[in-house]
Amino acid sequence: MEKIIRSYKRKLIYRKAISFFVMSLTFIAALFAIVPLVFIFYYTVSKGITHLNLEFFISMPKPVGESGGGMANAIVGTLILVGIGGVIGLPIGIMSGIYLAEFGNNKFGTVLRFLTDVLSGIPSIVVGVVAYTLVVIPMKHFSALAGGVALAILMIPTITRTTEEMIKLVPHSYREAGLGLGIPKWKTSLFIILRTAWKGIATGILLALSRAAGETAPLLFTALGNRFWSTNIFQPIASLTVYIYDYARAPFEDWNEQAWTAALVLILLISIFSVIFRVITKSKYKAN
Amino acid sequence: MKELFEKESYSLINNKLKKNSFNLKNSKRINLGDFIYEKLTLIFAIIVFMLTVFMGYEMYINSRLSISKFGWKFLTETTWDPVAEIYGALPSIYGTLVSSFLALLIAVPLSIGVAIYLSELAPDWLEKPLSFLVELLAGIPSIVYGLWGVFVLVPWLRSEVQPFLFEHLGFLPFFRGPMYGFSILAAAIILSIMVLPIITSISRDIMKSVPSIQKEAALALGATKWEATKIVLMNSKSGMLGATMLGLGRAIGETMAVTMVIGNRPLISSSLFDPAYTMASIIANEFTEATSDLYLSALIELALILFFITIIINAAARMLVWSLERKWKKS
Repeated sequence: MEKIIRSYKRKLIYRKAISFFVMSLTFIAALFAIVPLVFIFYYTVSKGITHLNLEFFISMPKPVGESGGGMANAIVGTLILVGIGGVIGLPIGIMSGIYLAEFGNNKFGTVLRFLTDVLSGIPSIVVGVVAYTLVVIPMKHFSALAGGVALAILMIPTITRTTEEMIKLVPHSYREAGLGLGIPKWKTSLFIILRTAWKGIATGILLALSRAAGETAPLLFTALGNRFWSTNIFQPIASLTVYIYDYARAPFEDWNEQAWTAALVLILLISIFSVIFRVITKSKYKAN
Repeated sequence: MKELFEKESYSLINNKLKKNSFNLKNSKRINLGDFIYEKLTLIFAIIVFMLTVFMGYEMYINSRLSISKFGWKFLTETTWDPVAEIYGALPSIYGTLVSSFLALLIAVPLSIGVAIYLSELAPDWLEKPLSFLVELLAGIPSIVYGLWGVFVLVPWLRSEVQPFLFEHLGFLPFFRGPMYGFSILAAAIILSIMVLPIITSISRDIMKSVPSIQKEAALALGATKWEATKIVLMNSKSGMLGATMLGLGRAIGETMAVTMVIGNRPLISSSLFDPAYTMASIIANEFTEATSDLYLSALIELALILFFITIIINAAARMLVWSLERKWKKS
């Protein structure tokens, strides 16, 4: 009898040891997952901070060989590109999101939900190629418009899904209250539901816009990039990410450092937006 | 018997609730504004629907030249020579597949470990910031990964990792050859970092949606924590497969980071130290240089292939994840 108990105890210790071992492995895995993040943040901040000054934001890139200069045209270019993308992508994204939330409880809605998920998985370079065939070939030259179209296609799935999620988060009683007062459904949806959900939708949109600002691949052969000042949407335009790409491959140390600064600006932008998005979506509907 | 009864009464109550609650779709009052509102949003929804179809069509039309010239040989031809106007996709398909699979090899065990830690072990105060950090990893633009790869990872590989691997595992064909740093290995490492957050967050969600009764039962019977977790893992197997496939889809389509570190040479080599090419990076690198129509259409055909591969992978993965989530929600 005692023997059996002892053998069971031994087995239990063995099993507990294995459990402890595997569970510590998962902890180590969690640590490992954070390491690259720390490294990337560390390098971007430490290398990028040297050029992070006013000049970077307000002056134009200097010609090859001269040091200094900034990326004013690229910053404006990125804003223009994201702006065009937003103008095209926002209405489509928001409206289809409203459709999914309000009327999407049918087969088409399920298919569409599925399709937006699939669409968000399509590589951005493929979207770039589509924008090329769609805008660049008919216009016969690279343009900011083509880049904006590519970014719009990339934004749509995110915006659609955030809009839907945010509308669905609004408590059902709001809708009932509106309808109970005799307000037509479309007014209830637009002026009560959408207004309540607006904050969440807006931050979701900002997140999508800032993500789009970080895209490079679809811009390489649509907006192309530009060494000079340009705000014409029918001409090639500079953007931060394409500058990072060019400057990282250039053999000049000064350019390499500026690439890090541009990366820092991008990371800051995106991180700030994702923090805001998280705070707003988390705090507002916590009770529900 | 009792269970059956409870289920029955639940569904009764549910049905009653459904009847009483106000539903836009079921309401009988129809006015013009509502009609317009619904149809207007429907039009935009259809635009989104058509977009995907249209993308495939547009690329097909623009790659007809190369499709008709090379046919299926495009997929098996091993030379990519713009000067001789011979275009074969095999080297880039090879590079894409090898770098993605290697990336998954590194990322999957790691992400499942993180997911287990987050869903089963981590205390509440640690879980939230930790999963936020992992999600932050997904938000970093791929160009920044590329930049980091070029200036930090590649020099490190060149001076430390590759000599080390060569010395200890050099008898294998994978770890031989020139040590430039720019290699399929570098691409795989970068990709593994980039797909980790996707696989982690989906696996974590799936594991969390497994009914906790199963785990509690196991624990009550005297199972250790790991043994109880194993039950959760068994239940979320297909969901984690879906998560892995989503990661694969991302890895296959990833462009900038890979282009910057893979070395961009269209060759098929058994060594992981050799430079290679992926479909995405070939397009990124050569699209603006494509001077002839055939060259351009060959590149667009590559994009078309990439489009179809990622659509199939993503669709399959989503279905796996969805079906599982729906199953748990029902029970």
